[in-house]
Amino acid sequence: MSKSTEQQLEDLAARLGLSRRHFLKFCTGVAATLGLSSTAGMQMAHAVSQSRRPSVIWLSGQECTGCTESLLRSTHPTLETLILDMISLDYSEALCAAAGHQAEAARHAAMEENKGKYVMVVEGSIPTKDGGIYCKIAGKTMLQHVQETAEHAAAIIAIGSCASWGGVPSAGMNPTGAQPVHEILPDKTIINIPGCPPNPYNFLATVLQYVTFGTLPELDEKNRPRFAYGRIIHENCERRPHFDAGRFASEFGDEGHRKGYCLYKLGCKGPETYANCSTQEFGDVGGGAWPVGVGAPCFGCTEQGVGFTKALHEKSEVTTHSPPDIFPPINAETGEGASAVSAGLLGAVIGAAAGATAMTVKQLGKAEKEAEKDQMAANNPDGQAVPGKDTVNEPQ
Amino acid sequence: MAKRIIVDPVTRIEGHLRIDVEVENGLVSKAWSSGQMWRGIENILKGRDPRDAWAFTQRICGVCTTVHALASVRAVENALQLEVPLNAQYIRNLMVSAHALHDHIVHFYHLSALDWVDVVSALDADPKEAAKLAESLSSWKLNSVHELTAVQQKLKSFVASGQLGIFANGYWGHKAMKLPPEVNLIAAAHYLQALEIQREANRIVTIIGGKSPHVQNLTVGGVTNSINLDSQAVTNMERLMYIKTLMDKMKDFVNNAYLVDVSIIGSFYLDWAGYGSGVTDYLCVPEMPLDTQGTQFSLPGGYISNGDLSTLKPITGFNDKYFIDGVKESSKHSWYQGEEALHPWDGETDPNYDDFNDEGQYSWIKSPTFNGKPAQVGPLASVLCLAANGHEATLKHLNFVIDTVSSVSGTNIDVSALHSTIGRHAARAVRAASLLDEMDLQWQMLVDNIGRGDTDTFNRPDFPTGEIRGVGFHEAPRGVLSHWVVIENAKIKNYQAVVPSTWNAGPRNQDDIPGPYEASLMGNPIADPDRPLEVLRTVHSFDPCIACAIHLMDTEHNEIVKVKAL
Repeated sequence: MSKSTEQQLEDLAARLGLSRRHFLKFCTGVAATLGLSSTAGMQMAHAVSQSRRPSVIWLSGQECTGCTESLLRSTHPTLETLILDMISLDYSEALCAAAGHQAEAARHAAMEENKGKYVMVVEGSIPTKDGGIYCKIAGKTMLQHVQETAEHAAAIIAIGSCASWGGVPSAGMNPTGAQPVHEILPDKTIINIPGCPPNPYNFLATVLQYVTFGTLPELDEKNRPRFAYGRIIHENCERRPHFDAGRFASEFGDEGHRKGYCLYKLGCKGPETYANCSTQEFGDVGGGAWPVGVGAPCFGCTEQGVGFTKALHEKSEVTTHSPPDIFPPINAETGEGASAVSAGLLGAVIGAAAGATAMTVKQLGKAEKEAEKDQMAANNPDGQAVPGKDTVNEPQ
Repeated sequence: MAKRIIVDPVTRIEGHLRIDVEVENGLVSKAWSSGQMWRGIENILKGRDPRDAWAFTQRICGVCTTVHALASVRAVENALQLEVPLNAQYIRNLMVSAHALHDHIVHFYHLSALDWVDVVSALDADPKEAAKLAESLSSWKLNSVHELTAVQQKLKSFVASGQLGIFANGYWGHKAMKLPPEVNLIAAAHYLQALEIQREANRIVTIIGGKSPHVQNLTVGGVTNSINLDSQAVTNMERLMYIKTLMDKMKDFVNNAYLVDVSIIGSFYLDWAGYGSGVTDYLCVPEMPLDTQGTQFSLPGGYISNGDLSTLKPITGFNDKYFIDGVKESSKHSWYQGEEALHPWDGETDPNYDDFNDEGQYSWIKSPTFNGKPAQVGPLASVLCLAANGHEATLKHLNFVIDTVSSVSGTNIDVSALHSTIGRHAARAVRAASLLDEMDLQWQMLVDNIGRGDTDTFNRPDFPTGEIRGVGFHEAPRGVLSHWVVIENAKIKNYQAVVPSTWNAGPRNQDDIPGPYEASLMGNPIADPDRPLEVLRTVHSFDPCIACAIHLMDTEHNEIVKVKAL
């Protein structure tokens, strides 16, 4: 074997984080089965120097792995197509074959090799209280891992509500000082894909746009891709006509619920939650497979200040048009059973939103106005605080 | 002198786990299991509407999604002694079974198989020989030479790209890897096929739950899936038939591929039937309620001492006192104040972080005990308990595995081989197959009940003034899960989850007795301390879920204080 081949092998082994001995053994095995000569190492090195799949480093903090799990459900692409053919997932605690220092070595090798070019994904919030001790990986805090990995990342994606705005760990008293990624990295552009977990296609479409076009999707003022979070759920809900017509379910399993009426009175947060659940649906099974489609009120898992903040049965703030006057008002009771039920619910709910009607009137059309404002700002390239396609961080 | 090995992070699990072992003369002599992340979810629940708890607790874990939601609504229902309509029970049973199927399949093929299967060796396989072997062992339709050749080509081109991604630095070529290239190729093919099958399982969860992970159809008192065969918007015949079709697809794979794969891999690694038994007191709760009150179950529960099936003490229902009184948690070796083991309804938890101390505190996970002793939970406990009860479907699949391993390995084995690292994998496959049989029954009961004109899916909860307490349990994919709630004037006063991975991954308890992970690592051989594959084999066999294992109960006087920063 010539010296240059050997040198290349050495470099490659170092890059992949394998010991030279293991890598040589690995290459020999591959070469034999590929029917290649003893210069198989050269061929592999050559292939590596050609087009490379973009490196993705996936960090996990205070998370439940639900966001990773969501990718196991996707069909276009599937997880296997994604990681075998489209990207190189160089670090994921949930999926990588190596463990312990071998896994850490692989991460460092990928960061070094793809300096300024890799995509960093963060799942979970980052605890900041008490020096960040509430989450440690390989002896370091998550806080340190995020700062270290962000330094040379080309793009940073916060997947899920925990990474996007704090999510469950930050709810209530926030026992561990859980923070979203953008609070840890104030000088970087973070793309937020909120949801608990988000629809996998919201993440995949973002990553694959980057892989395919080298650009990122247009973002709203909360740095969420507009293709997924541009409209509130209520605007595209299949039950919206029932809302407009004043047909509501008043209790699970009642007549209205069994006819697929609007879930507003059961606490649906669709009117104040930005997401594409009703149009994208989940699991590619059709037939209305999303929470409202199975009779469950939306609880606003994508939306800071709604999900994990407002009570499930608390009535939503309505930020879109209210129904025209010719239809029954949204708080009118429909039928005898409903009154008794509503009284029961109110009795049980702590702090039920008694002022929903008044709020509705005040907030008429707020969502539409905001959407218009956003659109105008997006069309104005000189406008401030409207991150657009050119939000890839400068490599450092 | 003993050599210390630290595996941090343990990967291919949920969450952040660190395992330390000391190795003497090539064998593990001491072991520590340490959870490395804490969020305090139970703390966040304090003062909230008990009907909201499930939405928070489900976020304890996205791998064990669904199960924490179910245990939570059951806990509140138990506190209220609220009955759950039959349809709701069947719908819940179908959904959690489908979830468990996904979970078991992903655990075996995608999280733990790489401890036993050398993907690189699969590149050396002869696809024709592999197909011949696979087809001689089962009728699974995707074992053809074309399929296996295509998989091998895919692997070759992936490896030739030089970007190994998640496969970088794996334990390829490790001397503890024993499968012939052809078996490795079959396993690699099934690794890819299983990804599709687990998607089918999730489609059932999604059809019922509205999304997955983190379903949204559960509610205290029933489910939100109202039933109306004459509506286009709710559960109707089309949805029911879709579920049934997906169940049949899963059954084909589980019976003809998963059970067979576990048996074949087990045959080659029969030595691992001699390692990893650890704690052999087993705990399992009854599952698949068949009535509205939770007094009759399709899958019985119980406690088994010393691995002796004849010692089975039954756990019979949602109000079972033997179970409710038996559970305690110790935090002597966990990063919390206090040493005494306390009942979940009475516990206290004040964080007290002080780095890793071998003899002191070293984990965010607590140590649960059942009547003062550690207990192993999980599919093995479940299968042993079902076998002890003479559960027909379980015995059928268990005997299939035992017979297949005996014939392939040429060594007669019996049920005792299950008390081991490899036995936990076998038990998980047996449970998966048994759950599919159970799903058939549950689906039929649901359809029959709807046919009788019953469309009830929800009973409204009404909260009394004053204090009430409840426990909800569920035989989850990783074993016994229990949620304990104290409600005062319709608000949550106290909440505690005692989770399967807490039972198994807990540190030493109040009597300094090691937990099941730690005990099972003792005596494991370590061929190469730099690549401690054997540690992963035993730890992975439990299917660790660390987000689940670490949580905090809240008490009236609880404040997050006394935490020593690094």
